[in-house]
Amino acid sequence: MTGVPLSWYIVFATALFCIAIAGIFINRKNVIVLLMCIELMLLAVNTNFVAFSRYLHDPAGQVFVFFILTVAAAESAIGLAIVVLMFRNRRTINVDAIDTLRY
Amino acid sequence: MNSHAIFQMVCFVAFAAVAVGAALAVVSVKNTVHGVLALVLTFFSAACLWILAEAEFLALALVVVYVGAVMVLFLFVVMMLDVDLEPMREGFIKYLPVGIGAAVVMLLEVLGIIGVKSLEMPAGSNPAGTSNIEWLGTALFTHFLLPFEIAALILTVGLVAAVVLALRVRTFSKHQNPAQQSAVRAADRVRMVKMTAVVAPAPDAVKEEPQS
Repeated sequence: MTGVPLSWYIVFATALFCIAIAGIFINRKNVIVLLMCIELMLLAVNTNFVAFSRYLHDPAGQVFVFFILTVAAAESAIGLAIVVLMFRNRRTINVDAIDTLRY
Repeated sequence: MNSHAIFQMVCFVAFAAVAVGAALAVVSVKNTVHGVLALVLTFFSAACLWILAEAEFLALALVVVYVGAVMVLFLFVVMMLDVDLEPMREGFIKYLPVGIGAAVVMLLEVLGIIGVKSLEMPAGSNPAGTSNIEWLGTALFTHFLLPFEIAALILTVGLVAAVVLALRVRTFSKHQNPAQQSAVRAADRVRMVKMTAVVAPAPDAVKEEPQS
């Protein structure tokens, strides 16, 4: 056997994911922190993919991480563009201020 | 257990501790700029963990793409927007127990499913001694060629969408319109007017002119 057991990676990724969940709960007003929590979740999932790719000798996991990185980069670019647009129109990035569709 | 494996485990624990601590800082610091910097630290530590898992290319891609591009974009936006942070923080204490409760419940659930059994990594992830980049590239450009092209398309769409979303047409500023400039034709600029030629008066008529 060599190196770090797979379960350590799983525990690490789970901890990271749960921190991100807690961050979404406690920072539910700041859009930018919400986006950063989503990035943390994606990082946790990617870590799982990398660890299982190593465990199963399968390159598909790492290819998946490649695509997740691509989509996440596009997602955060568009998300930040929307945040900038929202700040320009509303002068705030408070989530509670985005309630026009409710009425 | 040889010393090499022990060294790897020590490194894993160190980097994982840094990553988890930085992630806690991301969700809890007051200043968003500090949060972004803590997220950068998280990504760096996670990249080190990926190197330990022998995913060297992805670890470098994480540093280059995420730390180099996406996090800098975050930093730009955070510093560009003049946000009043105080109203954002209200409800932090109120939702803290809910957040921690949800996180702990989820952690216990996931750990209960997978168990903390020690699943040993098999030795040597890359077949026949190829490097990680060769292994990944072979898979990417043979089995996953179409998804690769689609990923390029998604990036292009994301680029165009971000530009279109953030583009603001200033109505009161003087600016050129390149489309109109390149679509212009000679007929728009020069108007040919047909008119009769002016006939010069005869020389004898000019002599009489001062007397009148």
